[in-house]
Amino acid sequence: MKTGKAENRQGFFSGRDMGRAAIGKGSMEKTAMALLEIRDLHAAVDGHEILKGVNLTVNAGEVHSIMGPNGSGKSTLSSVLARRDTYEVTGGSVLFNGKNLLAMEPEEAACEGVFLAFQYPVEIPGIGNAYFLRSAVNAVRKYRGQDELDAMDFLPLYKERMKLLEMDEKFMNRSVNEGFSGGEKKRNEILQMAMLEPKLAILDEADSGLDIDALRIVSGGVNALRNPDRAFLVITHYQRLLNTIKPDFVHVLVDGKIARSGGPELALELEETGYGWAEAEQTQALSA
Amino acid sequence: MSSSTETIRELAAQEYKWGFVTEVDEDRVPKGLNEEIVRLISTRKGEPEWLLAWRLNALRRWFQMEREAGAPAWANLKIAPIDYQEIVYYSAPKKRPALESLDQVDPEILKTYEKLGIPLEEQKRLAGVAPTQTPKIAIDAVFDSVSVATTFKDKLAEMGVIFCSFSEAVKNHPDLVKKYLGSVVPPTDNFYAALNAAVFTDGSFVYVPKGVRCPMELSTYFRINAAETGQFERTLIVADEGAVVSYLEGCTAPIRDTNQLHAAVVELVALDDAQIKYSTVQNWYPGDKEGRGGIYNFVTKRGKCAGRNAKISWTQVETGSAITWKYPSCILQGDNSVGEFYSVALTNNRQQADTGTKMIHIGKNTRSTIVSKGISAGHGQNTYRGQVKILPGAEGARNYTQCDSLLIGDQCGAHTFPYIDVRNPTAQMEHEASTSKIGEDQLFYLRQRGLKTEDAVSMIVNGFCKTVFKELPMEFAVEAQKLLGVSLEGSVG
Ligand SMILES: Nc1ncnc2c1ncn2[C@@H]1O[C@H](COP(=O)(O)OP(=O)(O)OP(=O)(O)O)[C@@H](O)[C@H]1O
Ligand SMILES: [Mg+2]
Repeated sequence: MKTGKAENRQGFFSGRDMGRAAIGKGSMEKTAMALLEIRDLHAAVDGHEILKGVNLTVNAGEVHSIMGPNGSGKSTLSSVLARRDTYEVTGGSVLFNGKNLLAMEPEEAACEGVFLAFQYPVEIPGIGNAYFLRSAVNAVRKYRGQDELDAMDFLPLYKERMKLLEMDEKFMNRSVNEGFSGGEKKRNEILQMAMLEPKLAILDEADSGLDIDALRIVSGGVNALRNPDRAFLVITHYQRLLNTIKPDFVHVLVDGKIARSGGPELALELEETGYGWAEAEQTQALSA
Repeated sequence: MSSSTETIRELAAQEYKWGFVTEVDEDRVPKGLNEEIVRLISTRKGEPEWLLAWRLNALRRWFQMEREAGAPAWANLKIAPIDYQEIVYYSAPKKRPALESLDQVDPEILKTYEKLGIPLEEQKRLAGVAPTQTPKIAIDAVFDSVSVATTFKDKLAEMGVIFCSFSEAVKNHPDLVKKYLGSVVPPTDNFYAALNAAVFTDGSFVYVPKGVRCPMELSTYFRINAAETGQFERTLIVADEGAVVSYLEGCTAPIRDTNQLHAAVVELVALDDAQIKYSTVQNWYPGDKEGRGGIYNFVTKRGKCAGRNAKISWTQVETGSAITWKYPSCILQGDNSVGEFYSVALTNNRQQADTGTKMIHIGKNTRSTIVSKGISAGHGQNTYRGQVKILPGAEGARNYTQCDSLLIGDQCGAHTFPYIDVRNPTAQMEHEASTSKIGEDQLFYLRQRGLKTEDAVSMIVNGFCKTVFKELPMEFAVEAQKLLGVSLEGSVG
């Protein structure tokens, strides 16, 4: 359960985070309550059952990677956790920070600290990035009883974090994701995550479509955001992302269920073997 | 889907915020439309003989139109027949202000304008306290049928700018009124224009002399208060050679469960090198969710670029009214003249809008731009109707039209009818059109970042309207954004 990586987590975001990182190991000791507790989760889209009994426990400070073949339900799981209402939960339970996540609206879940970096970020024409993100940050701050930030407070923070993600300031006033390249969209997702400071960050294929530099920048951003109070669910198909974002656990989702779990070595093994074994098991199960 | 639909239903329960009624004594003429009523209106207003004759002529033409064809039926609107004899054509607050000083205005009326966020009194005070500071906006306020107060008149007069109520203009500047009244929208232009010409009661008049750049925004605020009355105002703006003026109108009305008629006429004249920018934020009472009540808004707005290099720009944000029938247009007569039309029209619940523009290219190298953003929600029906006409003499004319519709929910409708008539082969025409739905993916994206559904919807809609909002004067762009948010309450389904 120990990650012991506190020393890597330079507090890129705020003095507060840095302070916590320094005392990070201490908070790792507590095992009282998991940050995310998924029990026998079933979910359907348009009447098709996609998730067929997912179990997963994630503690604060941990990084879990979820892998698995196309169509196995990874994006479905992240959408359900973010409370997208086109996904119907047909069974099971999810506790987030001790609260019933499944009873929350998407904006409530977001304000409680669930962040989803989208596999396919959405374009919002006519709305500037800075304006959008300040509205979002303020919605979250308001929910948490903090003062809202005016443009003067917000912009310096925003610019600083743009620099860390090596994004040009000209993106600030461009419409949200409109005309962005695939890689720029992904970087913009990580930038939003950095500003919103979530407790649980779900990255759905944050690495797809990235060139080598962008991959370095995105994974660097994620690493900088790691801290003992924050957990990550990193959905990916490739080991290369996990070389830099070193996960504590790797899970393989197959046909709506977690088929295997293990340490980082499981990802390496999958790289070698692929998912053939899982399909074989499935056929066996079906014929039995 | 279910949860966002619910939030939106809750919002739908919110009501029109400008729907209060002010208690003032009214001086009104009896119901009905006939020569006697027109004479009565003219007498009440102490008008000269020529104007009465002009009105009576219009009335005769209106009766003829009504007999022969009735109200125009070509628009994509379902309208219950209107009984023109059941309408009161003139209503005025009884304590007639002397118009010299705000102190003589009925305090109830001033309170009304304050509630609506138009601090006439405040402006006056500020102007008095700090006379060196140039005020940003001068306001003419029209309450039911008459203008009750015009601010900063003296300040404007120093530069030769005339900004006053139409009635005052008739008294004090008869030559200007006589010269331009009906020169762009003749009394016989159409059914509603004829009606307006016969019974119009007041409105604003602006004249900006040669070479003068008007130092502040001019603004008229229209308020319908009395029951069973129609409002028929008439606005005339003349920008002499090289003059520049920006004008804004806003309008609201109380909640009433019967329909009320508003049939206004606006005429703009821009001479050589003159520029007129006319912005409207229309928020008449739209009726309730079932479509009871609301203003019938039949408006004729037209500008003439009479001189070379003249420019007329219309920007409208139409969120109110049960029915909107409105086509602010430009006659591009002078060579190199420019016409623009930027429009946001929103229909929610049972609202219907048939709106657009006409650009008539007569002069050489005339250019026009049309940007229309239609938003339909609830059971709203939104129609864009536009005509671009290039006459044989309009060498090198150019038009760009962009026409976008946004649908919220699946019970509303968006329709576009672009008519193009090109009679000169050198014309360059560009037309773009799109129809989109507010995507569940967009809503979810914004909500995932912490925004409430209603804020997410209004953010998406504001983004959609951005190219139009940026044409509005700064203060009003903010106003318009808020208004759109409020008007959208009860959308998506
Ligand atoms: N509306 C729908 N109707 C029926 N099936 C659907 C619908 N939406 C998604 N699915 C199916 O659900 C399954 C899971 O999809 P999901 O996007 O969760 O997979 P994934 O594991 O993220 O795949 P990838 O690795 O390709 O991103 C797929 O087989 C998909 O086709
Ligand atoms: Mg996926």
